[in-house]
Amino acid sequence: MSGPPTAPPFQTLIDAHSGAVAAFLRGMLPAADVEDALQETMLAALRAYPAFDGRNPRAWLLTIARRKAIDEHRARSRRPEALTEPEAVASGSDRGGYDAELWGRVGALPPKQRAAVVLRFALDLRYREVGEALDCSEAAARRNVHEAVRTLRAATEAEKEER
Amino acid sequence: MNIENDLKSTARAATAAPTDLEGLSAAVGRRAAADGILDLAYAEIDSPLGTLLAVATPQGLVHLGYPDRPVADQLELLAARISPRILESARDLDRARRQLDEYFAGRRRRFDLDLDWQLSAGFVRSVLERTAAIPFGETRTYGEMAAAAGSPRAFRAAGRALGANPIPIVVPCHRVLRSGGALGGYGGGLDVKRELLTLEGVL
Repeated sequence: MSGPPTAPPFQTLIDAHSGAVAAFLRGMLPAADVEDALQETMLAALRAYPAFDGRNPRAWLLTIARRKAIDEHRARSRRPEALTEPEAVASGSDRGGYDAELWGRVGALPPKQRAAVVLRFALDLRYREVGEALDCSEAAARRNVHEAVRTLRAATEAEKEER
Repeated sequence: MNIENDLKSTARAATAAPTDLEGLSAAVGRRAAADGILDLAYAEIDSPLGTLLAVATPQGLVHLGYPDRPVADQLELLAARISPRILESARDLDRARRQLDEYFAGRRRRFDLDLDWQLSAGFVRSVLERTAAIPFGETRTYGEMAAAAGSPRAFRAAGRALGANPIPIVVPCHRVLRSGGALGGYGGGLDVKRELLTLEGVL
């Protein structure tokens, strides 16, 4: 029933990291799904907390959030009528500094690349921590981001030529 | 054009939004309790003695802390002694809050709350359980409590047991005095003991 002797009260994880987890999920999911995915993430984390090793709680929570987001994507792909736009695309048009075209393309990336981009640029994580959250190496995290950036650049340039 | 710079400069606008921490904690707490994975719920309760920290397990009230100790320290200790699966959940402490309000307003003489005794064992627990039965407005001596717990000569140990009471006020260790009528000691400070005894009309 008890966790490792140094585990802080779970509430301190919610207080410190739910903003980052919410930002990540907003980059990954449609607006209507974010609140529920955030609750699901915290509930799953609470369930697993006694076995958590206590290192880097933010990356640990983001790993759980990524799995929840992927579950949600899978559920959606079986419901083709559902929108797949992340909240960033659907509700961002009135925000200052927001680039709907660019983030629309981010929303079309494969889930792992999209997650890598959101973690790297929206949460400002180092590649080591991006890797921890994605369950992959630092080098693989870097590759995912570079691959995504290359795709985004190509799409942006192709669009320019069409105009 | 530099895609990385564009991503950096627009990402916050794309994903930032205020998070309703209280709403999130409450919702997670509700679902966790229903799933049986919330080991401790806590709430801060305003009182004439300052803000009290009330903590409950699914079995009942397990800890009531005075404001002289930081909330974070108290919760960390409970995380280590009981479980780190702790969430703030005012709803789970509503009943305790209401009864404490009534007690301090002079409208309640007896608490009707489930208690979880797991933080006390052996002689300590035995002393505290008997202390819980001392009626409002009455007092006992340390020696009487020791005798009631089966060790008449262990009045010093009884004093230590009362000093370690994890659920003061509700388990009224303030009603135990020295045999000459002197106040003795109190975990929350003698001023608090005096205030409680005054409230109950003893002083």
